[in-house]
Amino acid sequence: MLAYVLRRLLLAIPLLIGITFVSFVVIQLAPGDPTQIPGENIETSKLAWEQLRKEYGLDQPLYVQYGKWITRLVRLDLGRSFAPHGRPVRTMIAERLPVTLLLNIVELLIIVALAVPIGVLSATRQYSTFDKATTIFVFLGFATPDFWLALLLMILFGVQLGWLPISGLRSMNWEYLSFWQQQTDFLSHLALPILVATFGGLAGLSRYMRQSMLEVVRQDYVQSARAKGLAERVVIGKHALRNAMLPIVTILGLSLPGLIGGSVIVESIFAIPGMGQLMVQAAFERDYPVLMGNLVIVAAVTLLANLAADVAYGLVDPRIRVGRRRR
Amino acid sequence: MKSFWRAFRRNRLAVVGAMISVCLATLALTAPLLAPWDPNRPDVKKILTSPSGKHLFGTDQIGRDVLSRMLHGARVSLAVGFVSVGISAFIGITLGSLAGYNGGTTDATIMRLVDLMLVFPRLFLLLAVLAFLKPSIWTIMAVIGFTSWMGTARLVRAEFLALKEREFVVSSQSIGASGFRVIWRHILPNAMAPVLVAMTLGIPAAILLESALSFLGLGVQPPHATWGNILNEGKEVIEVAWWVSVYPGLAILLTVLSYNLLGEGIRDALDPRLRQSAGRVGGRGR
Repeated sequence: MLAYVLRRLLLAIPLLIGITFVSFVVIQLAPGDPTQIPGENIETSKLAWEQLRKEYGLDQPLYVQYGKWITRLVRLDLGRSFAPHGRPVRTMIAERLPVTLLLNIVELLIIVALAVPIGVLSATRQYSTFDKATTIFVFLGFATPDFWLALLLMILFGVQLGWLPISGLRSMNWEYLSFWQQQTDFLSHLALPILVATFGGLAGLSRYMRQSMLEVVRQDYVQSARAKGLAERVVIGKHALRNAMLPIVTILGLSLPGLIGGSVIVESIFAIPGMGQLMVQAAFERDYPVLMGNLVIVAAVTLLANLAADVAYGLVDPRIRVGRRRR
Repeated sequence: MKSFWRAFRRNRLAVVGAMISVCLATLALTAPLLAPWDPNRPDVKKILTSPSGKHLFGTDQIGRDVLSRMLHGARVSLAVGFVSVGISAFIGITLGSLAGYNGGTTDATIMRLVDLMLVFPRLFLLLAVLAFLKPSIWTIMAVIGFTSWMGTARLVRAEFLALKEREFVVSSQSIGASGFRVIWRHILPNAMAPVLVAMTLGIPAAILLESALSFLGLGVQPPHATWGNILNEGKEVIEVAWWVSVYPGLAILLTVLSYNLLGEGIRDALDPRLRQSAGRVGGRGR
């Protein structure tokens, strides 16, 4: 097990370096230049422009720039935003990362908690009404644009019914609320974004869960568990489920980037101050220190989450847990 | 091929998906003929009129006909879907074949690149690139294509690993066929089935992505109509004019749904193992 974890960790190191490289290259190689910011100083003279380039070190060769950037990155210095406030990128990200992480972790928990029973039920009752209903739900979940769903829900619950707030994380009068009111207020702000974000992911994972379960229940050891006279509940809930969960852990790890990427949409629509919203703002303002910093951090977080999924896989798979090497 | 058609036709949902996608493609191709109004001509006398006989899907905040805009938007959506999938298939097939056929360091390098690209949440990467590019339909196609080839590369590589030891490949190598010829004439044709499925399923994914980017305002720019930016403009007036936002969303949903059904149908018809269970949907326990 330890060897397995270590091997995963070692594999992650070149990926981490690769992440910094891609984040740098992607932004540097694009034809636009961050100093050509449209807006206030269109009339910037050539001299001033050169000075600006010099100031940000943009006149140096790319590998020098990369070297400088990476040495600062190691010290977690991500530079300062190009926006007028010029705040350090690290602070901006530190304010927003927890929100995005919280949203994604809650979403992930909800997706797993719902997808596993849905998948198991529709697999054990294959072709039943429940199974057909979930299949329809799955196809709708795959096909519904999340931003459109968000708009419709905002109109329904936020405007027509007026049950839920539709933007931000806190009400205007938050400071004047009692502790419990504050918590309910916070939760009610999270309800719609989480609903939207879980919808698509839930469809995907329950589909995989169903498929995995269908494959497992046809195996011989499930039959022999039945033949031993075990209750169906035990056969499915213990013998089959454990093995059906294995591929799901991997799928979960693979679907993480998609889930985190979804924060871009959800956060911009519901005006949630997270990484996704910051990324959209930075893209519009061509704020390249923020874009680069954001990209690196988000990818590194995804990498970490993938690592966690790998370790979780090692924990649930006895072939790895007891130390024998996988094929 | 015959058995493929038989299996495909038996899958009613897949046939429906195929028919809808053909209809949508026809609508998109003939949009200039079908569109009852000029999609870009504003009309101050008809601001936000609700759906009626004259304007089936109503008009938007500057009086443009939503249906006509959607028909023209369909061209953009489908074009982006097809072209970006073409780009990603080209990259994926090339890199996947190289990795699978050559093995060794080439394989390791390409596969690490795949792992690396997969770590980036797609939308974050796209936003970073689009921030510095002039947004146009071509840019969107390119960036979607360049960020979505990884799945195809993995698929093709896996097929190559399975096929390259087979007799027909070894025998063509033994008579001195070049690497390119072996890949192109002998292995690839046999590896295309799963790639075709992946491509069919890639089209709706690209359409969703384009509409999301346009919705954020970083995709195809107005006044060019796309489903995403009609929705983007529609969200400003959704409280008074639901039709500007509801119809384009439904169009995206229907398109993605039909291509997904089509793709899954093709897959089930190609895969004999799955074909069995798919056949059982009609008559259980046969």
